Amino acid sequence: MAMIDEPLYPIAILIDELKNEDIQLRLNSIRRLSTIARALGEERTRKELIPFLSENNDDDDEVLLAMAEELGVFVPYIGGVEYAHVLLPPLETLCIVEETCVRDKAVESLCRIGTQMKESDIVEWFIPLVKRLAGGEWFTARVSSCGLFHIAYPSATELFKAELRSMYGQLCQDDMPMVRRSAASNLGKFAATVEANNLKTDIMSIFEDLTRDDQDSVRLLAVEGCAALGKLLEPQDCVAHILPVIVNFSQDKSWRVRYMVANQLYELCEAVGPEPTCSDLVPAYVRLLRDNEAEVRIAAAGKVTKFCRILNPHLAIQHILPCVKELSSDSSQHVRSALASVIMGMAPVLGKDATIEELLPIFLSLLKDEFPDVRLNIISKLDQVNQQVIGIDLLSQSLLPAIVELAEDRHWRVRLAIIEYIPLLASQFGVGFFNDRLGALCMQWLEDKVFSIREAAANNLKRLAEEFGPEWAMQNIVPQLLEKISNPHYLHRMTILQSISLLAPVLGSESTCQKLLPVIITASKDRVPNIKFNVAKVLQSLIPIFDHSVVEQTVRPCLVELSEDPDVDVRYFASQAIQTCDSVMMSS
Amino acid sequence: MKGNGAEGAGPPAESSCPPPLEWKFSQVFGERIAGEEVQEVDIISAIEFDKSGDHLATGDRGGRVVLFERTDVKNYGSRKDMEKQDHSISRHPEFRYKTEFQSHEPEFDYLKSLEIEEKINKIKWCQTANHALFLLSTNDKTIKYWKVEEKKVKKISEMNVDALQAVGNGSISSSSMTSPIGYLPNGGCSERPYGHLSYDLSFPPGGFPSLRLPVVVTSQETSLIARCRRIYSHAHDYHINSISNNSDGETFISADDLRINLWNLEISNQSFNIVDVKPANMEDLTEVITSAEFHPTHCNMLAYSSSKGSIRLIDLRQSALCDNHSKMFEEREAPGSRSFFTEIIASISDIKFARDGRHILSRDYMTLKLWDINMESSPVAIFQVHEYLRPKLCDLYENDSIFDKFDCCLSGDGMHVATGSYSNLFRVFGCIPGCNEATTLEASKNPLRRQVQIPSRPARSLNSLTRGVVRQGAESPGIDMNGNSYDFTTKLLHLAWHPSENSVACAAMNSLYMYYA
Repeated sequence: MAMIDEPLYPIAILIDELKNEDIQLRLNSIRRLSTIARALGEERTRKELIPFLSENNDDDDEVLLAMAEELGVFVPYIGGVEYAHVLLPPLETLCIVEETCVRDKAVESLCRIGTQMKESDIVEWFIPLVKRLAGGEWFTARVSSCGLFHIAYPSATELFKAELRSMYGQLCQDDMPMVRRSAASNLGKFAATVEANNLKTDIMSIFEDLTRDDQDSVRLLAVEGCAALGKLLEPQDCVAHILPVIVNFSQDKSWRVRYMVANQLYELCEAVGPEPTCSDLVPAYVRLLRDNEAEVRIAAAGKVTKFCRILNPHLAIQHILPCVKELSSDSSQHVRSALASVIMGMAPVLGKDATIEELLPIFLSLLKDEFPDVRLNIISKLDQVNQQVIGIDLLSQSLLPAIVELAEDRHWRVRLAIIEYIPLLASQFGVGFFNDRLGALCMQWLEDKVFSIREAAANNLKRLAEEFGPEWAMQNIVPQLLEKISNPHYLHRMTILQSISLLAPVLGSESTCQKLLPVIITASKDRVPNIKFNVAKVLQSLIPIFDHSVVEQTVRPCLVELSEDPDVDVRYFASQAIQTCDSVMMSS
Repeated sequence: MKGNGAEGAGPPAESSCPPPLEWKFSQVFGERIAGEEVQEVDIISAIEFDKSGDHLATGDRGGRVVLFERTDVKNYGSRKDMEKQDHSISRHPEFRYKTEFQSHEPEFDYLKSLEIEEKINKIKWCQTANHALFLLSTNDKTIKYWKVEEKKVKKISEMNVDALQAVGNGSISSSSMTSPIGYLPNGGCSERPYGHLSYDLSFPPGGFPSLRLPVVVTSQETSLIARCRRIYSHAHDYHINSISNNSDGETFISADDLRINLWNLEISNQSFNIVDVKPANMEDLTEVITSAEFHPTHCNMLAYSSSKGSIRLIDLRQSALCDNHSKMFEEREAPGSRSFFTEIIASISDIKFARDGRHILSRDYMTLKLWDINMESSPVAIFQVHEYLRPKLCDLYENDSIFDKFDCCLSGDGMHVATGSYSNLFRVFGCIPGCNEATTLEASKNPLRRQVQIPSRPARSLNSLTRGVVRQGAESPGIDMNGNSYDFTTKLLHLAWHPSENSVACAAMNSLYMYYA
């Protein structure tokens, strides 16, 4: 200890703890690696700390992950970009560990450093590293190498470029499916750096190999490559090379590959342009919408609106709409549910007439679906169809029974979901309709037998008050609410108290004092202690919105009375509230 | 006569048959000493070679996994071993104990009020990476992913803070990972000083020369460390009977009585149910899944066997839920042969794909059957294993032995198959049609192996050469002609064939016996 100055003591410990037995302390030290580096100075960081880290790479994954991340932003601590190559060796060893997340982070950090490095340094240090990893003995190294080519390639000489391209080709034919998957998923990034002429020859042949891979898991990653490559190619090349692949993929034997196509088709359409989309991809999409496998139909159905947006309405009505009709009575509830969550968005695309004629019947049938999720999904997207397209009137006939049914569903989660949408519905329907039809429902939920529903109902009242304004709330909510305070069940009385505390800030000070406060004060005389201490809590939360005089004249006496209650909890919450009173009074 | 299987018919074409394998004893681990009581927890419950054949793993009822490594291959043996090998005419795989670890512990499921045994049901090896071994082990409910690696023992010799103290002790080099740093009051106060640091202290451009990095000395000593990397749990309502890795290197399946789930090795908190045979009403249940395995090369194919004696091949490409099989292998029942036991003995206890991926071997109570995946109607070969027990089925039912689940295995070249039996016996059959190679071996260490075999032979071999004897092995009603007593308590359930050599590892109670040919 004599050797270390007193002020350096903490950092000395920090350094020592790089090798502590306790993983938390090691992790902490690694997270503070920049501090250690600054304390050691740039030169010693380069010559001692970095080699030290390279050698001590057999730590736990969490520590290695942290190290990989720290090293990515370490360039300033080793003396700037000209020394950046010093950081490569420790990251190279981290690229070989078997834990995927550590490797990914090391690759990410290497890319970050590589983009800052000078071209000559890339040639001298980075490209050899990529080549070493790509020829690595273990698949883990080769997996990592795939993510580095796009950094190395632009700086390479012609000779090296050819070598890198052929190496990438080999990685795409590696024995290990893990390596081929990594090559497939990084192909787009690498291709973006390759010159146009080589792209058409080398990269496209690599890509075609991947699209014919035996492993489903490789082919499905190649699907993603379609969109990326398509954007790089000239339109005519794209149509010649990518389009047939997409069409093939859309008929692949493996449903997982088709599922990927269904998910990506929208982007693929952008890549190939409008003409081929209409001629080739619409039929492919229609096939996917009618796929045997429900998972594929779910993916396809979920994209139906996006897809229609890039088509002209005429094509959408002619080709897609018939499929949508079929899907609305699909045997899988999940397909119908996926469709219901997007179908409302089709209305603006198709225009008013087509919507009324074609879509409305589908909406209505989905609203009558036996599966609550389907109905909920329609209701949740109501704003997309209202106003600008057809107006709510056309739907209200069917909506109301659907809402009422959901509101009374025997699964509380379904009831909860519909409550969440009530403010949205209210804003769409407008005050008049709401008062007539939905107001009673909102009150009814306050007495639900499930707590979560009562809680959501209270919150719902607040949101309605915000939507329609305090005056409306005073007329339409408050009187009915206050009536219920005499409910014989204390849990229901508690819900009312909760609603009051939520509504009060929206209604404002005056209305609260006049209408709500007397009710709260009365409740403080309740025979159930739970109500009494909730009164204390509510009062505490409302203190800021009351005038001082009200606090002193009404609130405080009530609280004082509660603070002498026989029940310990009541006394506790009352004294808490009194403290709040005091502090508010003091601060003003 | 009761059927002697597919190749019973017609005289064998002796000339075209390769000589039968000459089995010799190789090694035994954990040999039982005469009169020694076997502890329940020590009984081996799973055996598996890795893909290269350089490693072997066993699991036991006590939840332990024991690893063995091959010693006779170049990389492993020392010079002395190499010299020894020069003497021996034919090299055969030899293994040595490598390490062991506690894979599973007994647990209690509080929700279902169920005890979960620690017994290892299956072990599967995964892709080796960076000299570390990876394997999956499972008990009835929980699958675990293990990494076993050799770590060099490292010693920290110099620290900043305890430098003086360490010098004073004069024990620098011997303070390993448990160095005096542990005693420093660093845990509690560590956060605060660091916080101060960045504000109070300005770092000189050259840094503080007095600070040093810990010096780590790597010794030549190594220690094997097994770490559980992932736990895949809470996905099975019934007991897991098999796990199998996919050729894609990223997924595996686990099968219980009614369902098969698909996992990603890297994701332990979700799995996908791909097969579900649970009927809406459990009273309608007529068939359970007994074993499942992925195709060795086609990532989309997997086979599972059932208690009714059928094997279903499913194609994961066809749909997400594979309740509909693409092929079903089932032998038509011989008319009039039905009895109370028909269904029980038809139940398949194990299936294995041959390495070529074209054949599937299945074991039911009485036989081994070899199926060609292109022929669904009947197996291409049937090997009688327990035919001689047919008259005793009643007794076997009484003592529950009829429900014993025997493993089966194929040689790497697919030319031989093996399976276990009672009295610590196991049987090896040749697959070449018309050759009828069949050998009965006892799992024991008798150095004169032949004599062990001989008792099973004399009655039927008086007049013949080895060839004839071996062939008769397939047909004869078993060894009780001389011994007369089957020991149903010493059953040889688990065995495995080396992937590239003619070498079999089999478990007799707590002992692991290895034979080669």
